Amino acid sequence: MSQDFRSVANEIVIKYGESRSSLIAVLQEIQSRFDHIPFESMLEVSERMGVPLSDIYGVATFYHQFRLKPQGRHLISVCMGTACHVKGATIIYDSLRAKLGIEEGEETSPNGRFTMQKVRCMGACSLSPTVRIDGDIYGRVKPDELDGLLRKYS
Amino acid sequence: MGGNAGELMIRIGMGTCGLAAGAKQVLKAFEESMDEMGVKGSLVSVGCSGTCYLEPQIELSKQGFPSAIYGNVKLSDVSSILGSYLSGSVEGAVALRERIGLMKGEANVPLFDELDFNKLQIRRVTVNCGKLDPESIDDYIASGGFDGLRKVLSMKPEEVIDALKASGLRGRGGAGFPTYLKWLICRQAVSEKKFVICNADEGDPGAFMNRMEAESDPFRVVEGLITAGYTIGAHEGFFFVRAEKPLMAARLRRAVEESRKRRLLGNDILGSGFSFDAQVILSAGAFVCGEETAMIAAIEGRRAMPRQRPPFPATKGLWAYPTNINNVETLAQIPVIFRLGPQKYGEIGSEKSKGTKVFCIAGKVRRTGAAEVPIGTTIRKLVFDIGGGVYEGRKFKAVQTGGPSGGCLPEKFLDLPLDYESLQAAGSIMGSGGLIVLDDEVCAVDIAKYFLTFTSTESCGKCAPCRVGTKVMLGILTRISEGKGEMDDLDKLRRLADSMRETSLCALGQGAPNPVLTTLKYFEDEYVAHVRDKVCPAGVCKIAGKREGIEQ
Repeated sequence: MSQDFRSVANEIVIKYGESRSSLIAVLQEIQSRFDHIPFESMLEVSERMGVPLSDIYGVATFYHQFRLKPQGRHLISVCMGTACHVKGATIIYDSLRAKLGIEEGEETSPNGRFTMQKVRCMGACSLSPTVRIDGDIYGRVKPDELDGLLRKYS
Repeated sequence: MGGNAGELMIRIGMGTCGLAAGAKQVLKAFEESMDEMGVKGSLVSVGCSGTCYLEPQIELSKQGFPSAIYGNVKLSDVSSILGSYLSGSVEGAVALRERIGLMKGEANVPLFDELDFNKLQIRRVTVNCGKLDPESIDDYIASGGFDGLRKVLSMKPEEVIDALKASGLRGRGGAGFPTYLKWLICRQAVSEKKFVICNADEGDPGAFMNRMEAESDPFRVVEGLITAGYTIGAHEGFFFVRAEKPLMAARLRRAVEESRKRRLLGNDILGSGFSFDAQVILSAGAFVCGEETAMIAAIEGRRAMPRQRPPFPATKGLWAYPTNINNVETLAQIPVIFRLGPQKYGEIGSEKSKGTKVFCIAGKVRRTGAAEVPIGTTIRKLVFDIGGGVYEGRKFKAVQTGGPSGGCLPEKFLDLPLDYESLQAAGSIMGSGGLIVLDDEVCAVDIAKYFLTFTSTESCGKCAPCRVGTKVMLGILTRISEGKGEMDDLDKLRRLADSMRETSLCALGQGAPNPVLTTLKYFEDEYVAHVRDKVCPAGVCKIAGKREGIEQ
C-alpha cells in the first residue's frame, strides 16, 4: 500500500507538473484517490517537487478540505453556517455523533461506516439546517429524520 | 430554448438549494409519470430563481399555455400536476409567468413577478436565473448574452474604463471599491504579463448569491471576466472556486469549455484580435482567501496568508504580476452595464452606490432566498416585505449582515438603507450581502460566540492581534455564556476589540470584533443578564446548576 501511495502520487505530479503552483491541485487529487492524504504521498510529492516536507504538511493542514487520516465509508458534513446555527445545526451535529457512537476527539464511527465533519456554509442557507452525506445534500433536516437518512448509507 | 415547439417543457430548479430540497427525486418522478401517462416533453435542469423557499420548484410550459410555476412540489403531487396542467388547468400553481386567460384557475394564480418575494426586485444579474439552461451557451446568446462584450471589443480599453466610471459600479464582494479605479490602476501598471481573477471562493456563512449566480447563469460571469481581461490587458484569467461548492465549479468549467468552442475564449475573440483564455481552479477552502493577497498565495500553492499591502495586487499580484481580482457578482454586473449603457445602469441605486445588489435572506424568516434590489433598499423591505418577517408568534430581534466581519442590527435600524456607508456607520458592513434574520429565540451572546468560534478557527495565524485576540475573545464569551463571566469582562471585550481593529494585518482580524461590539452595544442587557443574574434570557446558553443554586 505504501508503495501505492508513492507511485500514485508520482503519477499525479507528472499529470499536473512539478511547479509549486500545482501543489494544491496535486493534494486534491491525491485525496480524491485515497480519501485522505497519506504521509508517503506527501513524501513523494516533496521529493518530486523539491518542496520541503514541512511546507507540504503546512499546506495540507491549513485548508479545510484536506484530511490526513483515512475516512469512513461515508462522509457526513454538517453545515455550521449562521443560518444553520440559528436553526439548530448543533443539535443535528451532536445527535448524529451520539447515534454513530463517535468518541470525543474522534471523527469516525468505531465501525468505520461514517466520518463526520463540520463545514462552514455550503451555500444552501435558505434550506437550513443542511447536511451532506457523500455527494447528496439534504435541507430542512429535522432531528427525527436522521435515522432514516443514515439508513440510506450502509 | 430547447425542445420542440408545441411540446411540453418542464424546468426543474437543480441549484444547490433545489437539490437540498429533493429536486433529483422530483425529476425522477416526472420522468416516471411522463412515461406512465405517455406524455412527450423535455425536462430541463435550470438553476435557482431566488425563491428558495419554494424549492423544490418546477415550471411547466407548452405552446398556447401560460408557463406555470409549482412550489414545494411533493413526489405524490407530480402526476396530478402533470395531468391537471395538460388538461387545461393551472390550479395548484404558485405563480404564472404570463396570463393567457384560456386556462382554468388562471385568475386565482398570481404572476411570478407579482409574488411578494419578487415584486420589489429589479432583476439584472439574476434575470436568467432559473429560466435559462445554465449549460447552454445558445440560451445565453439568445437572451442577449455576449452583446455587451461585442460592444466592449469595439471600444478602446480607456473608453471601457470611462463607461465603468460613469456607471458608478462598486465591488460587490464587500469592500465597495470603485471597479473602474481598480481596473484603471491595473491597466496602468506596466508589465509584460497581467492576470484577472474571478473570486468565486464564497465563504461568508449566510451568503450564497455567488453560488446562485454562477450556478444559474455562468456565461454572464465568463463574459464579465473576458471584459476585465480586455480592459486591463490580461490574456489569462482564473476562476477561483470553493471546492465546497462543487456545482458552481462544474458549471463554470463547462461554461469555459463551451465558450472556447464558440471562440469566445481563445485567440482572436469575435475577430477583435484580442486573445484571452481562462481556467477554473478549485480552492481547498479557507475563509481568509477573501483577502486578495491570501487568495493569491493559495493560487501559488502556498498557505493562504495575507501579506502587508501596499503593494496592492493591481501592481504586484499573482507571481508578482499586476493582477485584478473581482467578485462573481461584480463581474456579472459588467455585461448589464454595456447592454443597458452606463447612464441607464446608474439610474437606480443610492447616491454613492449605483445599480442592484443581490441579498440573501435566511435564518428565522418565513421566505428564504436571494433577492436582487437597488442598492439602498431598506432592511425592512428585505426582511419584511420580501422575506415576510419572522415566524408566527415570534418577535424580530435583529438582522445579522456582512458575515463574520459584520454585525447584528436591532429593530431601530429597520429603515436603514442597505448600502456600504450606512451599514458601516451602524457598526456592521455590507459584506457580500447575506442577511440572517434573528428572532427572540436567538441569544445575542451565543451569536457573538458563534462568530468568534468561526473567526478563531479561520484566523490564518500570521498576526498576533487576530490569532490571539480571537481566541481570548472566544474564551471570555464562552465564560459569559456559561454564567461564569464578570462585569469587567465586558470592558475587556471592548478594549480587545479596539486593539484588534487597529492592529490586525487584514480585514479578517479587523472585522472579527464587529459581531461582539454590535451585540454589546445593542443588546448589553443580555450580556448583563448572563453575567450578573446568571440567566440566558433567550434560553439558549446552558448555565449549569443555576436553578439548584449549586453553580460551580
